[in-house]
Amino acid sequence: MKILSRKISSSAIAKAVILALALLFLYLPIMTLVVYSFNESKMVTVWTEFSFKWYGVLVQDSAIIHALVISLTIAVLAAASSVVIGTMAAFVMVRIHHFTGETSFMLFMTAPMVLPEVITGLALLLLYVTLGGFIPVFADRGILAIWIAHVTFCSAYATVVIRSRFIELDTSIEEAAKDLGAGPLKVFFAVMLPALMPAEVAAFMLSFTMSMDDLVITSFIAGPEYTTLPMQIFSSIRRGLSPEINALASIIIFVASIGTFIGWLSMVRKQKRIAADAAKAQAAAKLERENAILGAIRP
Amino acid sequence: MPITALNVSSTLARRKLGRFLTKRSRREKIRDIMRHENTWREKLVILVPYLWMLLFFLMPFLIIFKISLSVTEIAIPPYSPLVTFEEGAMQIILHLENYTFILTDEEGTYLRSYLKSIEVASFSTIFCLIIGYPIAWALSKCRPATRNIMFMLLIMPSWTSFVVRIYAWMALLKKDGLINDVLMALGIIDSPIHMLQTDFAVYVGIVYCYLPYMVLPLFTALLKVDYSLIEAAYDLGCRPVKTFFSVLVPQTKSGIIAGSMLVFIPALGEYVIPELLGGKSSILIGRILWQEFFNNRNWPLASAVAIMMLTILAIPIVIFFKVQRKQMEAASA
Repeated sequence: MKILSRKISSSAIAKAVILALALLFLYLPIMTLVVYSFNESKMVTVWTEFSFKWYGVLVQDSAIIHALVISLTIAVLAAASSVVIGTMAAFVMVRIHHFTGETSFMLFMTAPMVLPEVITGLALLLLYVTLGGFIPVFADRGILAIWIAHVTFCSAYATVVIRSRFIELDTSIEEAAKDLGAGPLKVFFAVMLPALMPAEVAAFMLSFTMSMDDLVITSFIAGPEYTTLPMQIFSSIRRGLSPEINALASIIIFVASIGTFIGWLSMVRKQKRIAADAAKAQAAAKLERENAILGAIRP
Repeated sequence: MPITALNVSSTLARRKLGRFLTKRSRREKIRDIMRHENTWREKLVILVPYLWMLLFFLMPFLIIFKISLSVTEIAIPPYSPLVTFEEGAMQIILHLENYTFILTDEEGTYLRSYLKSIEVASFSTIFCLIIGYPIAWALSKCRPATRNIMFMLLIMPSWTSFVVRIYAWMALLKKDGLINDVLMALGIIDSPIHMLQTDFAVYVGIVYCYLPYMVLPLFTALLKVDYSLIEAAYDLGCRPVKTFFSVLVPQTKSGIIAGSMLVFIPALGEYVIPELLGGKSSILIGRILWQEFFNNRNWPLASAVAIMMLTILAIPIVIFFKVQRKQMEAASA
C-alpha cells in the first residue's frame, strides 16, 4: 500500500513539473515582450523606467492603423464566408458520405491546412495573374484576391471544427422534424443550425484569427497598397527590434487572450450543462427502473 | 391546425417510429446509402465547397506546374508562353531547364537547401515529439477541471500572432537579450553566447510555434488509452521503458503520426522562422523560393522549386490524409 501511494505521488509531481515547465516555455517569451512594451527607453532590452510612451506612438502611426483596418475587413469577410463553406463541407462529410469524387473532396478540405504557405501563396498568385488576363478584377490583387485566398485555407479549419460537432448531432430530432412535414431547408435552419451554433462561433473565431495572422500567403498575393497588419509588423521587425512593435504585440496578445478566455469559458459552461443533463437522465432512468421493478413485484 | 388528441398520438407514434428507424442495423443503413441517389439539393451542397476548392486550390497547382515548364522573360507576366502561334503553326515548348538547373547547379545551393530543410523539419518533429509527449501525457492525467484550464493555457499562445511569437524570441536570444543577461548575471558565462541567427534559434522557433500542433493529437490519443494494459504489463514484470514502447506507443500511434505530420509538413517549407531567427547557414527551401520569387523575379524557377517541394511532401501528406480519414470514420461510426 505504501509503495502504491508513493508511486502515485511521484507521478503527480512529475505531472506538475512537466506542466509548469511547459507553461514557462510558452509564456516567458510573451511575458518579457509585454513587460518591455512599458519601457521608456528606445532600446528594447535595456530597462529605464515605466511609461506608456510607445502606446502613444503606436496610436499615431498611420501605416499601422491603415494595415489594421485592411486586416480587420478581410478577417471578418473571410471568417463569415469560411463558416458558410465549412458548414456545407461538414454537412457533406457527415450526412452525405457517398458520392463520386468523395476522396478528392476530402483531400481538398484537408490539404490547405498542412501545405507549406510558400507553396499555397505562390500557387494562388500565379492563378490570379493567369485569371487577370481574362477577368480584370483579379489583376488588381486587392481585398477580393486576399479574401479568396484566406477563405480557401480558413474553410478547411472551419470544416474540422464544425464537423466534430456535426457528428454528435441527434438525428432522431431531424427525422421527427422531417416526419412532421419540414422541408430540408427548414430542417437545417430550425433544427440543425441551432444545435451547431457553438461550433459555428468557434469556427468563426478560428478563421478570423487565422486570417488576421496570415503573413506568407498574403505577402505573395497582396498588391502594393494592400499591406496587412502581419506584413507591416514583419517589415518593421526585419529592420530590427522596436518598442513600438512591443506595444502593438502586447495589444494583440491581450486581445487574443481575452478572446480565448471567453471561448474557453463558454465551452466549459456547455460541458457542465451536458454533464448535468446526463446526470439528470441517469437519475430518471434509475427511477424508471426502480418503478418497473416495484411494478413487477406489486401488480 | 388545432392540436387534437389524434394529432398528439400520431406524433408520438411517429417519434417512436423515428427512434426505431435510427436504431436500424448498420448493414441496413449502408445498403440504404448505396441505393440512395443524391438529390439536387445535396448535389448543390457538395458542389459549392467542391468547386471553390477546385478553382482556388487545385487549379493554382496546375498553373504552378505549367509555369515551372517555361523560362523567365522580361515581360508581363514575366515568363515565356508555353503555346505560341507563328505563321499558322502551333508550337508547344516545354522547358525543363528549371528542373535540370535545380538538380545540376554547380554550387549545389538548391539540393543543399532541400536536404537542409528535410534535416531541420525532421529534427524539429523529433524535438516536438520528445517535448510534446510528456506534456500531452500530463494533460491527459489531470482531473477534468484542471485539464480544462491547462488546455486553455497551453493553446492560448497559439491564438496570438505568429510573427509576434517569433519577435518575442528575437528579443530573448539577442546578444544583449534576456537569456544572455541572466546567464551572465548568474556567472555561468563570461561573454554573451551567439544564439540569434543560428540553427539553434531556428529549432527553438519551430518547436515553440508548432508544439501545440503536436500536443493536441497526442492528447486526444492519450485520453483513449486503456491504462489497465499498462498495469498488466507492470504486473507481468515489464520495465517502464519497455512498457512505454510496447504498450503506450502502439496505442497512441495515430496521435504520434498525425502530430508528426502536422509539424513536419509545414516546417519543411517554413519561411518566416529561418528568415527572422536563422543565419546564413539556415538557408531552407522556403527562403530559396521566396528569394527567387521576390528578389530575382524568376517565377518559373520559383514554381519548379515549389513543384519539387511538393514531390517531397507527397508521401507525408498522403500518410496524414489516411490517418485523418481513419479517425474521421472511427468518429462517425
